Amino acid sequence: MRAPRIAMRGITRRFGPLLANDRVSLELEPGEIHALVGENGAGKSTLMRALFGLLAPDEGEIVIDGTVARITSPLVAMRHGLGMVHQHFMLVDPLTVAENVTLGREPHAFGGAFARARAEREVAALAERYRLPVDPRATIAQLSVGAQQRVEILKALHRGARVLILDEPTAVLTPQEVDELSAVLRALREDGASIALITHKLAEVKALADRVTVMRAGRVVGSGPAATLSVERMAELMVGHVPAPLAARAERAPGEPRLEVHGLEVRDDRGLPAVRGIDLAVRAGEIVGLAGVEGNGQHELIEALAGLRPPQRGTIAIAGRAVSGRNPREHREAGLAHIPSDRLRRGLVPAMNLAENLVLGRQRDRDVGRGPWLGGGALLAAARPRLEEFDVRPPQPRASAARLSGGNQQKLIAARELTRGAAVILAAHPTRGVDLGAIDFLHRRLLAERDAGRAVLLVSSELSEILALSDRILVLFQGRIVHETTPATTSERTLGLHMTGRATITDAPLPPRAPVPPGGLA
Amino acid sequence: MSARAARWRLLVALAPLVAVLAALAAGAIFIAGIGERPLEIYALLFREALGTGYGLGQTLFRATPLLFTGLAVALGFRAGLFNIGVEGQMVLGGFAAALVGAYVPLPGVALALAALAAAALAGGAWGALPGALKARFGAHEVINTIMLNFIAFSIVSYAGRTLFENATVRTREIAPAAELPRLETMLPALHGSPVNLTLPIALLLALATGVLLFRTRLGYELRAVGLNAPAAEYGGIAIGRTQALAMTLSGALAGLGGTNFVLGYKHYFELGFSGGAGFIGIAVALLGRNHPLGVIVAALFFGALSYGGLVVNQRVPRELVEVLEALVILFAISAQPLLERAARRWS
Repeated sequence: MRAPRIAMRGITRRFGPLLANDRVSLELEPGEIHALVGENGAGKSTLMRALFGLLAPDEGEIVIDGTVARITSPLVAMRHGLGMVHQHFMLVDPLTVAENVTLGREPHAFGGAFARARAEREVAALAERYRLPVDPRATIAQLSVGAQQRVEILKALHRGARVLILDEPTAVLTPQEVDELSAVLRALREDGASIALITHKLAEVKALADRVTVMRAGRVVGSGPAATLSVERMAELMVGHVPAPLAARAERAPGEPRLEVHGLEVRDDRGLPAVRGIDLAVRAGEIVGLAGVEGNGQHELIEALAGLRPPQRGTIAIAGRAVSGRNPREHREAGLAHIPSDRLRRGLVPAMNLAENLVLGRQRDRDVGRGPWLGGGALLAAARPRLEEFDVRPPQPRASAARLSGGNQQKLIAARELTRGAAVILAAHPTRGVDLGAIDFLHRRLLAERDAGRAVLLVSSELSEILALSDRILVLFQGRIVHETTPATTSERTLGLHMTGRATITDAPLPPRAPVPPGGLA
Repeated sequence: MSARAARWRLLVALAPLVAVLAALAAGAIFIAGIGERPLEIYALLFREALGTGYGLGQTLFRATPLLFTGLAVALGFRAGLFNIGVEGQMVLGGFAAALVGAYVPLPGVALALAALAAAALAGGAWGALPGALKARFGAHEVINTIMLNFIAFSIVSYAGRTLFENATVRTREIAPAAELPRLETMLPALHGSPVNLTLPIALLLALATGVLLFRTRLGYELRAVGLNAPAAEYGGIAIGRTQALAMTLSGALAGLGGTNFVLGYKHYFELGFSGGAGFIGIAVALLGRNHPLGVIVAALFFGALSYGGLVVNQRVPRELVEVLEALVILFAISAQPLLERAARRWS
């Protein structure tokens, strides 16, 4: 029998007490897309990092085309025909596409100079062959995220990769870009490449993958042809039990508006208008879901509401108090709680311990310390019940926040922001990159806050989340609110059309493609 | 946690010790290279620096300014700032203390206190300047503090030459009331050594710095800014103001470092009195991991090296001790990241 292209056998890897991979085996055939699914921390990335030579397994072997290979570094992996596209791209922004793709294997002209024209020709030919539209002369900084991802794929192909590892490639893409990526991956499969696809999104697995391997807690818990595994079955395997549906929510009449925004205009980092005149109100006891494709102004809107980005024009009122948008403390004191979209950059000080992180933003509050004093035993003692209430594991106040998993970091932030008694809760992507157990927990907490009479503005790119939690839904497109609806009267499909600006005239035929943002690719 | 991982974590925690041992081992090669026996030299060095009352007093005297400057650098680092201007802040602090001690007519202890306050104010002002420039304009403090060092040296040199005494660039002696007494008056064992009251002041300030950093709201904000500025901003902390304040406090600590020589030892200001204590303070902070306790230990170590190096001068040249100091700095910078990487790989 012919050997598979890649066979990982009995891979075991420990991180301290944690068994990240426990005798994991995985095979990749030529011409197949193999999806690797599992919760955060299930061991998918560890396994793929071992394959790409980024970390050494404690036990087990990797067999490539029938021979045992010792992959000690990414360089060795590339020599074996492996390529990896990381979630965070490894590109040099000021250089051009051709320079990035050929980096390290540049074609040389006489005398050792960089043969730019030849590099551009090579890259153009490669892009043509695999139908990866990208301009070899564009600089990376000019490209959209989807185009940058294509450059990463081209880079791997230029090094002769026959095995591609993609780490959550769709997490950063718009729905349209996801379609384009899918087409590229299918073309590569036709060409005989082997593709390992790490993902959370089970619908994508069904649509794209030939085979699926499900991991949980470092072990393979299920494997087989994608056609024979239903989405429900995969979800069950991933979490180990069937997730209980959210409890039916009590209908309650919302109260007074607690967050009021009028005529808000905000610019992005480059000084271009990002929020172009928004009016919205969130009332006590309701969750308003703000749906939209990433990059349509939600980031700037959130920052303005949180006091982190001064608006150009317009007013914000929190619990009846006008706030300026230029001072986070002012917004907090008016009654805002904020779960930020980037927990490691904004939401936490990873090097500080859990108890210290629980007072971030409250460090001047009277109830966390006496006079000028803050810290010590009192801070640790106050932290313990909070950590237990919000199921932060492990609930050790002295442990540093960096050591928590993503889901537990998010619960830590929730434990801080949802216990302040704030009138308005701004929840930005509260469950992004978080495992299913934590998602369920956070959803229940947000609903409980709504029932307790808080005004919740939920910003999320996960439509299922918006639909499950919201009382009202607003759709943001190019800095404006273009649609308002309720979960009962809409669907993911309808929302998707509004999010891409294609539903303004519902009876007209769809335009061929969504408008390309300025600076987007060719 | 597995035993192997626990051992690695312990080793990472002991990185400064590993750095010192590695530096001594590397220094041994140099000592052997000039035909001396390294172990003998080291034994002599540390016996003289720590083994006798006089030697210990000398070590403590040399450690005192390093305590101030080490704390100053550490406080800056904690707020995410690299204060290379400690040397200039210290020189200005010493100069201000000398002027107050010599020209201000105050009685008794009041004069000593006023001289100390002048040192802290002058150093603090010299730290506040780059701090404010950073907060207001985002001007990088490394560049500005380096430049301000030169300006500080020039100011004291000019003022010393033209406004005060003669061309020797030293000021008039301070009034006896401003003098800080030597510790030998209380501890006879230290007989003859110049260690003085500035040492307990430095130790108290180390304690105060620790309390400030780890037990107050201000210290929390300062550390949050240093560890993750965007998160601090999210938490409503005014980053610029906090950093400017940290630079001011850092400069004040550095300024007080000048009093060891001026108020406690020679009783006048003299150009070049610092002996580079401001720059060694960077090494002290690094080796002490920006923690007040670590700074105390590191300052003692460099103090011992400084005095011990003088003692072994007959057998090994002075430059060799300077090489040893440089090696400690080199290893102190590299040991922690190297050990952390090894720990990640092997545990």
